[in-house]
Amino acid sequence: MSLKDKLLSSYIAFEDHLEEDSPIHDIRNEAIKVFEAEGFPTKKLEAWKYTSLNSLLKENYSIFPKQDHSLEFKQVKKYFLHDVDTYKVVFVDGVYSSFLSETTHDKIDVCLLSAALNKPKYKPVIEAYFNKAAKQDSLSSLNTAFAKEGAYVFIPNHKEVEKPIEIINFSTGNEAAIMLQPRNLIVVGENSHVQIIERHQSLSGNAVFTNSVTEIFAEKRAYVDYYKIQNDNTNASLIDNTNIWQEQESNCRVHTFSFGGKLTRNNLNFYQKGERCDSTLKGITILEDKQHVDHNTLVHHIEPNCESHQDYKGIFGDASTGVFNGKVVVEKEAQKTDAFQQNNNILIHDKATINAKPQLEIFADDVKCSHGCTIGQLDEEALFYMRSRGIAKKEARALLMYAFANNVLESVKIPELKVRINKLIANKIGVRLGFEL
Amino acid sequence: MGKFTEDDLKKELETKEYEYGFYTDIESDTFPIGLNEEVVRAISMKKEEPEWMTQWRLEAFEHWKQMVEPEWANVNYVKPDFQAISYYSAPSKKPKYNSIDEVDPELLDTFNRLGISLEEQKKLAGVAVDIVMDSVSVATTFKSTLAEKGIIFCSISEAIKEHPELVKKYIGSVVPQRDNFYAALNSAVFSDGSFCYIPKGVRCPMELSTYFRINQAGTGQFERTLVIADEDSYVSYLEGCTAPSRDENQLHAAVVELIALDGAEIKYSTVQNWYPGGKDGKGGVYNFVTKRGLCEKNAKISWTQVETGSAITWKYPSCILKGDNSIGEFYSIAVTNNFQQADTGTKMIHLGKNTRSTIISKGISAGKSQNSYRGLVKIGPRAKNARNFSQCDSLLMGNECGAHTFPYIEVSNKTAQIEHEATTSKIGEDQIFYCNQRGIDTEKAIALIVNGFSKEVLNKLPMEFAVEAQKLLEISLEGSVG
Repeated sequence: MSLKDKLLSSYIAFEDHLEEDSPIHDIRNEAIKVFEAEGFPTKKLEAWKYTSLNSLLKENYSIFPKQDHSLEFKQVKKYFLHDVDTYKVVFVDGVYSSFLSETTHDKIDVCLLSAALNKPKYKPVIEAYFNKAAKQDSLSSLNTAFAKEGAYVFIPNHKEVEKPIEIINFSTGNEAAIMLQPRNLIVVGENSHVQIIERHQSLSGNAVFTNSVTEIFAEKRAYVDYYKIQNDNTNASLIDNTNIWQEQESNCRVHTFSFGGKLTRNNLNFYQKGERCDSTLKGITILEDKQHVDHNTLVHHIEPNCESHQDYKGIFGDASTGVFNGKVVVEKEAQKTDAFQQNNNILIHDKATINAKPQLEIFADDVKCSHGCTIGQLDEEALFYMRSRGIAKKEARALLMYAFANNVLESVKIPELKVRINKLIANKIGVRLGFEL
Repeated sequence: MGKFTEDDLKKELETKEYEYGFYTDIESDTFPIGLNEEVVRAISMKKEEPEWMTQWRLEAFEHWKQMVEPEWANVNYVKPDFQAISYYSAPSKKPKYNSIDEVDPELLDTFNRLGISLEEQKKLAGVAVDIVMDSVSVATTFKSTLAEKGIIFCSISEAIKEHPELVKKYIGSVVPQRDNFYAALNSAVFSDGSFCYIPKGVRCPMELSTYFRINQAGTGQFERTLVIADEDSYVSYLEGCTAPSRDENQLHAAVVELIALDGAEIKYSTVQNWYPGGKDGKGGVYNFVTKRGLCEKNAKISWTQVETGSAITWKYPSCILKGDNSIGEFYSIAVTNNFQQADTGTKMIHLGKNTRSTIISKGISAGKSQNSYRGLVKIGPRAKNARNFSQCDSLLMGNECGAHTFPYIEVSNKTAQIEHEATTSKIGEDQIFYCNQRGIDTEKAIALIVNGFSKEVLNKLPMEFAVEAQKLLEISLEGSVG
């Protein structure tokens, strides 16, 4: 039985468990139809030209994990940002772990989507926002059909959230292979500020296939700072669909750090629905072995006077593959748009491959749009310079790579996170440097 | 005269009529419409082709039947009905002329109105013209000068008869019959085209050029060009196009193959000004062209194009850099106006070591047109030290047009160095202000900016052609380009 058939038949069983009057009942039914019609994307689709899901679809994933998965805090302590106080929403094999989490309902809501979907109190929010930003493509629809659990963050107007929110999905490996479909809904009210860190972590070598959908709504003048840490085991694959709706003068920033996983696909879509929005998309990708990371970004400029900045850096070793497909669309009405896109890549091994496709689609004339894309190596002369001054080759190379990625790292606003990512990079490159960036 | 503003320019661009729209009435030897195996055989017979050529065409036709029309390009149009086209049309007065006086005066008049009179051409600095009027070449000049050097420059049908060994070896070697839908169609039904062979070590003393024209109502033009530059030779080849005004869409599906053997250099320049369709988007030529060159060791192929015409353009002159140290270049200006749609660009396939490529593409869109750059830079695993630089700039005039870039970059070698940059802009108010401030009026300022914008490409055209290219740019941008 193919994974698609399995999902379709499990949907029928899944649907039986849910109350008929659930507000999203119809949305689910519509979504599964889309998935049934389109199936998993193949390389024939332009958007999936460089990424094949075939190797993932062969596994026999369990779709509904058994309930009794618990973790000791000390087992997973290192994955938290423990040196700073945070709200935590933690899921173990797709099930909420109240023991590891720290949620709140004090003025702001940081809790579970399952609660939000079922309690009448949240009904207006769910009706206004749920599935409004998500793309109606096959994978997002698949997630929508099975949407049950995930983080729910609601920040009312004029509220600055004083500590970051961590959303962590653990998979224990108690199942031979597991498919997870977390669904996050984040609504940030007018003038409100929030910082969120998202992480997917597998704790064993068993296969994990995560198809995650996150919807973020930034109301007027809202400020959303979102960090994605992707440093998973070599058997864990992630398809991340993040859709962001921005209202007037809002500012949204997404940083994606891809250091691991077997196959990672980031579909990151920004829709600027109001004037003077600001969007920032940045990423560092450092890969080795046969890892594959595909960044598929879209910034849709719909209203005038908006800005967007993209900066993606990639370092590819061994037989890894990197894909960057960045698209900037500027509609006719979106005059005075300032869109910038930058993608720099370094290949450090002969078998590594990079496929880049930076796209511009522009329908307005009074705009400033540019993109740049480079692929190259570490500068031999710079290496020689450092070596002539007594810096070992390995350290010299690492220094250059740090410098290369530093642009992106610099704009991380949480100092503790910056240190953490710094360590991840050092670990990845295999050196310890005597300084902190 | 009042101030010339960008709005005026826009208006002019929109109202400017196609200047070269007229129709020459020459009795044509035209096939009935439709396409089947019989038609393919008949074309081959008509051209008095040997059996291997007929078989080659039939093979292509077999492939074509199984192919579907590509839809990935960023253009919208009514697909041509391939059974509603006549696949062969030739001026009926067939015998070749020895001197210009023998040519049908009506035909000469056509060329005169296009501003390419043969007399003038003859006098001009050594341009040999192989004129293709509705698929059959009717005049070839300077042939004797070329023959002295051992250069073969003739129509492809003549080459099939007289140099079968060369044609057989190279035709389809760069663009195979089954390469794509339109290439397969062309391979099956091509009526004529040019053939050029430069022997070892010969530097072609003059620019070779052909002029194509679609003339007969309802006939598609299927040109086939084959240029072979043998070891260490050099040739500069020009191709220019204009077509008469006509309401129904005309199909043009040409194939151009360039082969540059070790150390050879080919410079291929195109000025394209097919009928772009009326202001209302009616009519116009469909231009679906496959152009590709193959570079052996130390060879160089350089494509330069100025695209101002055609309702739909679908064209990607490409280089396969097979040999070590080979070089590929692509310089392009694409101007779209009214309802024109262009999806054009290049492919640079790096296979050999130390291969280099440069891509400079300038797009200017006005009216309600859509202008896309689509390019591929591919570095194979064995292409050590490959180097590419790409630059795509777009200039938008008005907010009803669109400019798009779709660059594909695929690198599988760590020593590759790739740079790509793209910008989109309009003629900035501050730029014009700067000029005004220094006593340059707005009209001159726009001219200056547009000129400067496309200079990098115009400079690459051979002298004789640069003049004509300027002329064609003027048609689209008259009043703004000085």
